[in-house]
Amino acid sequence: MSKSIVLYLHVHQPYRVRNYTIFDAGVQHNYFDTAYDDPTNNERIIRKVAEKSYLPTNQHLLALLNKHPEFKLSLSITGTVLEQFEKWAPDVLKSFQDLVATGRVEILAETYHHSLAFFYSRSEFETQVEMHRSKIEALFGQTPKVFRNTELAYNNDLAVWADEHGYKGILAEGWDKLLDWRSANFVYKPVNTKNIKLLLKNYKLSDDIAFRFGDQSWSEWPLTADKYAHWLNETADATNFNLFMDYETFGEHQWSESGIFKFLAELPSQWLKTDGNNFMTVSEACEAYDSKDNIDAPETVTWADTERDLSAWLGNNMQSSAITALYDIQDLIIGSQDLSLIEDWRRLQTSDHFYYMCTKWFNDGDIHAYFSPYENPYDAFIAYMNTYHDLKFRLSEKGLAV
Amino acid sequence: MKILMLGWELPPHNSGGLGVACYQLCKALSKKDVDIEFILPYHAPFEGDFMTVTAAHPQGPRALLVNASAYDSYKYVYPDGREEWVDIFGQQHAYESAVAQLATEKEFDIIHAHDWLTFRAALRAKQARDVPLVLHVHSIERDRAGGNDGNPLVREIEATSMQLADKVIAVSQLTKDAIVADYDIPADKIEVLHNSIDHQVFSDLLAVDPENTYHYLSHMKARGYHVVANVGRLTIQKGLTNLLRAAKEVIYREPKTLFLISGSGDQYFELIELAAELGIAKNVIFTGFQRGKAWRDSFAIADLFVMPSVSEPFGITPLESIGFGTPTLISKQSGVAEILHSTLRVDFWDVQAMANQITAVVQNSSLRDELQANAAKELINMSWDSAADKLFTIYDHHLQKAMA
Repeated sequence: MSKSIVLYLHVHQPYRVRNYTIFDAGVQHNYFDTAYDDPTNNERIIRKVAEKSYLPTNQHLLALLNKHPEFKLSLSITGTVLEQFEKWAPDVLKSFQDLVATGRVEILAETYHHSLAFFYSRSEFETQVEMHRSKIEALFGQTPKVFRNTELAYNNDLAVWADEHGYKGILAEGWDKLLDWRSANFVYKPVNTKNIKLLLKNYKLSDDIAFRFGDQSWSEWPLTADKYAHWLNETADATNFNLFMDYETFGEHQWSESGIFKFLAELPSQWLKTDGNNFMTVSEACEAYDSKDNIDAPETVTWADTERDLSAWLGNNMQSSAITALYDIQDLIIGSQDLSLIEDWRRLQTSDHFYYMCTKWFNDGDIHAYFSPYENPYDAFIAYMNTYHDLKFRLSEKGLAV
Repeated sequence: MKILMLGWELPPHNSGGLGVACYQLCKALSKKDVDIEFILPYHAPFEGDFMTVTAAHPQGPRALLVNASAYDSYKYVYPDGREEWVDIFGQQHAYESAVAQLATEKEFDIIHAHDWLTFRAALRAKQARDVPLVLHVHSIERDRAGGNDGNPLVREIEATSMQLADKVIAVSQLTKDAIVADYDIPADKIEVLHNSIDHQVFSDLLAVDPENTYHYLSHMKARGYHVVANVGRLTIQKGLTNLLRAAKEVIYREPKTLFLISGSGDQYFELIELAAELGIAKNVIFTGFQRGKAWRDSFAIADLFVMPSVSEPFGITPLESIGFGTPTLISKQSGVAEILHSTLRVDFWDVQAMANQITAVVQNSSLRDELQANAAKELINMSWDSAADKLFTIYDHHLQKAMA
């Protein structure tokens, strides 16, 4: 029986809001523009990540695709990061297009703005998915067939929606509460659906690479491709190993010095040494393997933190106030037919803004702090709410609201 | 008559009203036959020729404002939420030693010291030269600790110094009563000297660009919104959690009401979270600490200024608000309530009454206008000159006594 690695990498950058004050509200609407050396400058961050992660990783991936005809992978690339590549890193965009041109790289569907719109506005959610589809078609000549929601936020309703909209598959965290006694290393079917398949992330194996790889206090350190392939080969009862992670694992979260690129370069040959082993894209896995069982997800599961819920984005009152305020003005914003106003509103839906307001681990100065360009969650909230006030100002100037 | 004046801050490097009060009092006093040498714990250029300003030691003002604000009891909370037991006592001791040395070199007839941070230094100066000592109390530890006991070391300094002083000056009857109650100082040793207001502040700032800095708020006001403001440090003493609770009640009745909270302090994060928790985050705007034109505009943009302080020995901000055209609602637990009559008043703990009065002003422009017109008349008659007169008499009395 064959066994497949389903490698899927998520590529995303938000438009970070600058230190936008109440004195800016009603005066200037440039929420996302600031001096180059400011911590929130989006261009500088794109260039930094391009040099550390996107360019070297794509170079390795292209070399692997050229060297191993069996090597395949899947990517999700948000609309907000694609726009920023177009503006500030066309070399990075070109390198992704080169990967897709091999015919062995599949791109997933998602919301253009990396938003949590599914939980607040179905119509807005569908618009963003459609925007993303046309962007992917325009830049890569491919139509996404498998869906992933922002932060892998998943529940039964989302699966039903994706099934009804013709997707072959959908992704979710292989969280213990969903799987119970079952293994993530098979293909499943969401309850209440007809045709769609469910691919669940093997979080243990994925996090060995994404989080633990460079941790010298980890008992398995240093992790080699040889050892990793051996683990997979030893796992007898399995068809597909779903290795899902942030693309920026390579070079940004795990620095080049950790040996992460060497690991990536060696993994395919180590894996393919054994007969029957292969790589599959997400669509191929959905087609190749039958559903092992039905999976019920009445509550929303994400791929974040130990809770695996939305609390990192919506868990405190600041976060829920901010996102509720934003969606409350949806009808007025859309009704304005002002494209720049609508686009600014959409950029403010990106989940990262709410993540920056997370206070759960604020005092521990952990991973959340590392990813935030703000000094603290309160600064993030204040800048965000001031942009909200300016949206209201712009609406009222049009006579649409006061 | 030569006065050795000991103070912790002067504008523009002040963190609140203490520095302003010291500055204005000295300015008014200098019109009399008085030479003032003001000893600060930091070095900064002083603009003004009515007194001599001397640095006790060479550090810049920033080190002090960051490490040892005259108001914070003992804990400093950094903007990122880290807390540190700051070495405010180290700052105080450094100042004390420097003043002890200066006292042997300078000529003066009276020592006048403002608030606890300078009190030990004042005692050392008195020890060196045996001249009358006047201690000026702008707040006691209980005020700064929001009604709790506060730091026992600070209490001890306040108690001992006031016992040894020749005269204690309190900025209000409220403060005088508190000193008697907390420290058993004889009432007849304490003189009440209310703070006042210098109209120059208004004329200078009203002369600059009249357009309000809060463009967004101006815009919303033109569309039927009302603005309720507070300007001050965000500390437990200021009672802002009650203002936010009242705000929730007001917004429920008058959704087009925005609350402007202008200032910084160790309750900053707590207040932001509370606004979100109360479900009024959309209506509460936090601006951080502002100076100059933006400071003026925080008052000027408002329909009503609220000072909900738990404990406010004096409280200058309502007078500043009236000067910039905005009437006030003040807590009864404030010294300024003893001299300002055309104002709404409320017990700091009475959230319902606070909400009721704010709503009334928001709903009735006639109430707002009447309050402001009458308060402005009161303000015109206020000046620091009468405080300076009274103080001069106190100096004179103690000098005569010392010579006798």
